[in-house]
Amino acid sequence: MSNSYYDKSHLAKFGNITELQEKLGTKFFDYYNAVFEGGELSAREKALIALAVAHTVQCPYCIDAYTETSVKHGISEPEMMEAVHVACAIRGGASLVHGVQMMEQAKKLTM
Amino acid sequence: MNKNTVEIDFHPELELLRNRTETLRSLPAFDEKLNETGLHPLTPTGLDILQVNVGYMCNMTCKHCHVDAGPHRKEIMPRKTLQHCLDAYDMGGFKTVDITGGAPEMNPDFRWFVDELHQRGAHVIVRSNLTILVTNPKYRELPAFFAERGVEVTCSLPFYNRVTTDRQRGEGTYDRSVEALKLLNDLGYGKDGSGLELNLVYNPAGAFLPLPQQELEADFKRQLRDKHGVSFNNLFTITNLPISRYLDYLLRSDNLNDYMVTLVNAYNPVAAEKVMCRNTISVGWDGRMFDCDFNQMLLMPVEAGDSNATYIQNFDTETLMKRRIRTGQHCFGCTAGAGSSCGGSLA
Repeated sequence: MSNSYYDKSHLAKFGNITELQEKLGTKFFDYYNAVFEGGELSAREKALIALAVAHTVQCPYCIDAYTETSVKHGISEPEMMEAVHVACAIRGGASLVHGVQMMEQAKKLTM
Repeated sequence: MNKNTVEIDFHPELELLRNRTETLRSLPAFDEKLNETGLHPLTPTGLDILQVNVGYMCNMTCKHCHVDAGPHRKEIMPRKTLQHCLDAYDMGGFKTVDITGGAPEMNPDFRWFVDELHQRGAHVIVRSNLTILVTNPKYRELPAFFAERGVEVTCSLPFYNRVTTDRQRGEGTYDRSVEALKLLNDLGYGKDGSGLELNLVYNPAGAFLPLPQQELEADFKRQLRDKHGVSFNNLFTITNLPISRYLDYLLRSDNLNDYMVTLVNAYNPVAAEKVMCRNTISVGWDGRMFDCDFNQMLLMPVEAGDSNATYIQNFDTETLMKRRIRTGQHCFGCTAGAGSSCGGSLA
């Protein structure tokens, strides 16, 4: 048992979650794998989306995994950073757009 | 044992891969994995490919090179030993002669050797780093020389973009490689119906496994066609084995533990069954025979009785077919994921 909340070795053990609730776990991994198969979007595009989302959900396992996937696809470091900025812009924008609600509420409450 | 050669049972790099850290010590031995999957001891299935390493000299010094090749290397196979390789080929059995290095083109007897093989009707593969073909006028004639003799050309190109390629193989490599590929295409190489086969070799520019070969081949074909009008036949994905210069990189970048864990976790018995050492003999510049080019770098000659029997001049099919293939932790590189060989993925 690790003394920290995150343990790098857990990523390789992700599949072990099927040991409890096997049916649900298997369904999840089947779905997961199907999502990353080539489709309307290329595997490269999906890697960049996953990298951006990984930063949004701040999952260290996902960041390691999709940085590696991005590197495998020859995605450059500046491209990866641009994807992180996309995540940041949406995340920051999501806070800021609530400012309109604040403005309207404040206006309603005040003379 | 011939003089001037060293034979050691346990290369320091093999010891390092087994014992350097607690993580490495905790990993199963390659032979244990073979045993679990019914493949131990690993034995030959045939003698189809004679892979001849004609010397470690190279015009390049790539970061991943398992040969530690470069301009500083002076080990070059002499004509006498090349003749012994021809004699072994003449004994029948081998379908293909795969010429590698270093930059094999830098061996002074290279053209003679290719000619001799051509006259014998051998299927010849030359493993070229591409840049040598545009280095100076002496080598610029080689694509035509290859075409006239129907030589299969298998070339290194780590990626379809400049940044990744140059990072691994040195500044300017990508542009010179594309120039060489265009020369080969102009002669019919990589074109449908020409009969002149041009294959590319991809190996990861870092501490990770290759993407699936088919997927990467489609990307390479589209990118090289759209950007440069270049075509080729097949892409072979090769996993970097943790030895020599690549091992140094893993150590320096603190990636060795993670990389070995990745290789071991990705052990694939289907790939293990098809590893290239089962139908290949690798010959070193001094005439010694090995199960593969990697074992050659680890100075682990074939297990063929006394040490004289490990030299190509004493080539004996029966002895070699009865041998046990020598293995170590580095072998996990060939059995990970889809597997890896000089002809690409295995499973």
